[in-house]
Amino acid sequence: MSAARRAARPASTPLEVDVLLTDPATRIVVCCGAGGVGKTTVAAALGLRAAEQGRRVVVLTIDPARRLAQAMGLARLDNTPREVADVDTSAGGRLDAMMLDMKRTFDEIVEAHATPEKARQILANPFYQALSSSFAGTQEYMAMEKLGQLRAEADREGTWDLVVVDTPPSRSALDFLDAPQRLGSFLDGRFIKLLMAPARASGRAYLKAFSAGIGVVTSTMTKILGAQFLGDVQTFVAALDTMFGGFRERADATYRLLQAPGTAFLVVAAPERDALREASYFVDRLAAERMPLTGLVLNRVHVPGASGLSAERALSGAEALAEGRGHALTEQLLRLHADRVRVAEREQLLAERFTRAHPSVPVVQVPARPDDVHDLDGLRAIGADLADGLVAASA
Amino acid sequence: MSAPAGRRPSATAAEEHDRDWEGVRLHVVTGKGGTGKTTVAAALALALAGRGRRVLLVEVEGRQGLAQLFDVPQLPYDEQRLAVAADGGEVLGLAVEPKAALLEYLQMYYKLGRAGSLLEKVGAVDFATTIAPGVRDVLLTGKVYEAVRRRRKGRPAFDAVVLDAPPTGRIGRFLNVNTELAGLARMGPIHNQADAITSMLRSPQTVVHLVTLLEEMPVQETADAVEELSASGLPIGGIVVNLAREPVLAARRLGAAGKGRLDGEEVTEGLAAAGLAPSPAVVKGLLDEAAEHATRLALEQRERVQVEALGRPVYELTAVASGIDLGALYGLAEQLRDQGMA
Repeated sequence: MSAARRAARPASTPLEVDVLLTDPATRIVVCCGAGGVGKTTVAAALGLRAAEQGRRVVVLTIDPARRLAQAMGLARLDNTPREVADVDTSAGGRLDAMMLDMKRTFDEIVEAHATPEKARQILANPFYQALSSSFAGTQEYMAMEKLGQLRAEADREGTWDLVVVDTPPSRSALDFLDAPQRLGSFLDGRFIKLLMAPARASGRAYLKAFSAGIGVVTSTMTKILGAQFLGDVQTFVAALDTMFGGFRERADATYRLLQAPGTAFLVVAAPERDALREASYFVDRLAAERMPLTGLVLNRVHVPGASGLSAERALSGAEALAEGRGHALTEQLLRLHADRVRVAEREQLLAERFTRAHPSVPVVQVPARPDDVHDLDGLRAIGADLADGLVAASA
Repeated sequence: MSAPAGRRPSATAAEEHDRDWEGVRLHVVTGKGGTGKTTVAAALALALAGRGRRVLLVEVEGRQGLAQLFDVPQLPYDEQRLAVAADGGEVLGLAVEPKAALLEYLQMYYKLGRAGSLLEKVGAVDFATTIAPGVRDVLLTGKVYEAVRRRRKGRPAFDAVVLDAPPTGRIGRFLNVNTELAGLARMGPIHNQADAITSMLRSPQTVVHLVTLLEEMPVQETADAVEELSASGLPIGGIVVNLAREPVLAARRLGAAGKGRLDGEEVTEGLAAAGLAPSPAVVKGLLDEAAEHATRLALEQRERVQVEALGRPVYELTAVASGIDLGALYGLAEQLRDQGMA
């Protein structure tokens, strides 16, 4: 059985990208998936395609490759959406793009929710500075926050009618959903209350009410982390106290936004075992959270050029030629073809396995390109592949 | 434990090679996401375990990548044998989990007993392992540090430790635990721990290998990582090029193939001679594949030049069309040994 024939067999529901992008009801597209699968490029290509079909789009990228950023005219990581030049706006659309600056975004939340004096205190706190620039989940949290802000701005000012977001290059695609809640539950949890106790306690009576166990905890933390570390955390938490509500509400609001109709999650994966396993987890998780999954983008799929010639026949042909003379070129081409078919077959097997486990998830396969994306034309080509899917592309 | 007989010759062949990283105890393996760093780390561990050595392969990202790769049940927080290498060497696997590392650490240094579970109960463990910036990394690298220094019967417990580290985007922060913590914990035990880890990471006992593909983005990230790591005084090891394509076409034909100038007639005749129906579609398909192959190889060659310009030893692993399984891992390990990486 040839890989091409298998690819042509509609094993899964096709994912209709153009239907999604041109539907005015689609207001947020979230591209998620494991690192290294081409999420950022897919997000950019979707944004461009939607814009050229008349949508007014803003693309939020997290950490674009240099060439991709250049292609979109993103010279700086400055947290401000800017219009991308050379987009075909004849259909009435436009494309803006921005790169996330997580520290800046965090600072802005603090400034917006605290009095100027409190804000200064927080921004100067060493624990806050570390948290806002290097906590493993801050990027995810801020990406969510920025998404909420862009959406609100779009509603308020009518600037955009579609927000496309790329998600941070985390170990696991799930971090995107988990990090905000992790931070939220930290800010809300018992530990914070414990840390705040000394700051709040006005008299000894209150301290006495503390159980001996709690004392052990604080003294242990002090022993391990050092008194000054803990002191910084306490100051930070005390200063942040007034904005707790604000933090939680914002995280909750963004979460609800993601569950709302009009949001479309696209899971991006490469046709590799690890990436597809990650995609499977994510699909299950989205279902559990009642988040609207639109489909799977299977990116960088290899397609043999010569369909209808199996790896086995190509190889035995090559063997036959190797025994004779004068057909070295054909022999090499047949070996090359056999390799390509093997790779394609393995990829289609993985794709089929995914579809067997998630039969209702629409899938679009995007062919691998020999070259990297350098300019808008490259993005347009990927956009076209996303819309057409592999079956049409290989026909 | 005796080695599979078939593997001996290659091990013997490797004895004749120079081994580039003799004396290194800790091999940190990083790379851009999707470049196959877990596979390379595993192959390196297998290669190092030749000649009867005992190698520990450590993962720190909590995704049980090693268990999946070696097709064994999930790794508990304890060393488990993953594979036996040539000459009776063995590879053990360990999945470090920050919470367990923290509790173990507390037990080891503070004899906490009940307080440990109390810390867990009030969320202090969660705080330390997921929220507090840098603490998590100190715990993970701390466990690796402990494994490198562990002794058994008067000698090091492991001849080498291979760390499947976080990707290049986060590797600088991960290995610079000290800098990360400097502003936070200026003294105290966790500060001292970070100091000890840092001095080991910067010593000749450690090297950081970078895994890349011959594609623009991963090569660029590799170059950035080399710069970042050297700036922070971390010892850079080799660059492992993963999934390199082998030229199937003879070199003189590649140019023509890339320009679409291969002779279709010749292929038609060849197919007929091979007993395959030479339909125009098949001929065109084969020529298209050749053109793509040539484009890809030319791109890889451009990127290879960039990789070599970084001035580090370069090792190449070829793509395995059938995918990675244990057998393929042994094959990759052999390639690394033949090139002198282990």
